[in-house]
Amino acid sequence: MKFTSVFDIIGPVMIGPSSSHTAGAARIGRVARDLFGRQPKWAKIYLYGSFAETYRGHGTDVAIVGGLLDFDTYDERIKTSFQLAKEANLEFEFITETANKEHPNTARILLGDEAGEMSVEGISIGGGKIEVSEVNGFKLKLTGGMPAILVVHDDRAGCIANVANALAMHHVNIGHMEVSRIERGQTALMVIEVDQNIDEKILHQISLIPHITKVSKINN
Amino acid sequence: MDVLFRNVKELVELAESRNVLISEIMIEQEMNITGRSREDIIAQMDNNLTVMEQAVERGLNGVQSVTGLTGGDAVLLQNYIAKGNSLSGELLLDAVSKAVATNEVNAAMGTICATPTAGSAGVVPGTLFAVKNKLNPTREQMINYLFTTGAFGFVVANNAMISGAAGGCQAEVGSASAMAAAAIVEMAGGTPSQSAEAFAITLKNMLGLVCDPVAGLVEVPCVKRNAMGASNSLVAADMALAGVTSRIPCDEVIGAMFRIGQAMSPNLKETARGGLAATPTGKAIAARIFGGTA
Repeated sequence: MKFTSVFDIIGPVMIGPSSSHTAGAARIGRVARDLFGRQPKWAKIYLYGSFAETYRGHGTDVAIVGGLLDFDTYDERIKTSFQLAKEANLEFEFITETANKEHPNTARILLGDEAGEMSVEGISIGGGKIEVSEVNGFKLKLTGGMPAILVVHDDRAGCIANVANALAMHHVNIGHMEVSRIERGQTALMVIEVDQNIDEKILHQISLIPHITKVSKINN
Repeated sequence: MDVLFRNVKELVELAESRNVLISEIMIEQEMNITGRSREDIIAQMDNNLTVMEQAVERGLNGVQSVTGLTGGDAVLLQNYIAKGNSLSGELLLDAVSKAVATNEVNAAMGTICATPTAGSAGVVPGTLFAVKNKLNPTREQMINYLFTTGAFGFVVANNAMISGAAGGCQAEVGSASAMAAAAIVEMAGGTPSQSAEAFAITLKNMLGLVCDPVAGLVEVPCVKRNAMGASNSLVAADMALAGVTSRIPCDEVIGAMFRIGQAMSPNLKETARGGLAATPTGKAIAARIFGGTA
């Protein structure tokens, strides 16, 4: 089931004019910032399908930038996010793509700063609801409806068990888990949906486990 | 995670066998799925209702979108109603004006509550605040109205689609209008079955509706589609309350909408490449707003 809550239908409370192109776009921007873990210094935003065709009319652009600044869907500051981004030293660029994606409302955000960069692809599936469909080239399906942890790691035996153990030690229950890798023996990704928001201490502990290269989270 | 209903048939059977309102089933499912308390869930819906009230009020005072394409029609309609000579009747036109008010606020980048989307945010509050004057519901009943629309919307969203980009305007204003029709029936004292009939009658008549926003803006024709959607809801609710039934069951209508949405050309699904967006005037408006050639 894609939609689980009545508030996916009656909601969100948001700045107009489009739930998928404005509210959903803001959420994609915000989730990208969450996964990056801090405010980026720069962002390249690639728009596909209906996003690419109609982004100016829908305020998709100000909404994504607003999301990168950590604004929620109902935050009035979305309207002036371009100016606010400038003040916050966030440089951004929009690129419209003609390639067909599986979903018509797709955005890929490449974001970074002097310490690193990340690529996050999100789709806006209607009524303001979104899914994360790709992170750093890894295909995945993350609804953002539950808190989640993403762990980038070397594709070695024991990595997954070590992370699961660390969570178990803190009594964190895993609701859903996906593992994937681009090539055998290279980099791999764990996507772990959990029942409660994870605090920084646990994330830090996971990041110290051997062969773990990056840990990020999405709170609910 | 306990889902109580996956389609309208299950929803109606559950409400009727337990002799409770559809809104009650929706609240219980929300508690099951999210683990939140009843009070917490109702408080959030109460807040959404307040946002809707404020948007209607703001729109009735007159707003203008940045492009100037929409705004002010809700005021024209209210002035016209006040003269007392309307042909279609005060309640219907009141619903129309309040739906327009909400979408005018949305187009002006104001704060609204998506029901189920922003482009279709006018129908549910428009009908609610018009019917309110006739039925004098309590605050609780108004909140229930929203849970009932949510229950039907939940089925549509999971079995078909609710975005114009995925399924055209039938998925947005069509769904919103059908959801509202079902809730009007419940508020007026109809049975859950009658709610489902009203839903089916409304959606059947909006099947195939394309999403063709001029210049890609949620303005033309979205605002007026909400107006007509609200009138559809009211007429269908009256038909269902009169005992009229749909020959095609509710869930099959939703299935038909899904397949129509899949078959629809991408030009007619929120890309602003077809329909009204591709008319000479539509293209001229786009050129005026964004530059370039018509």
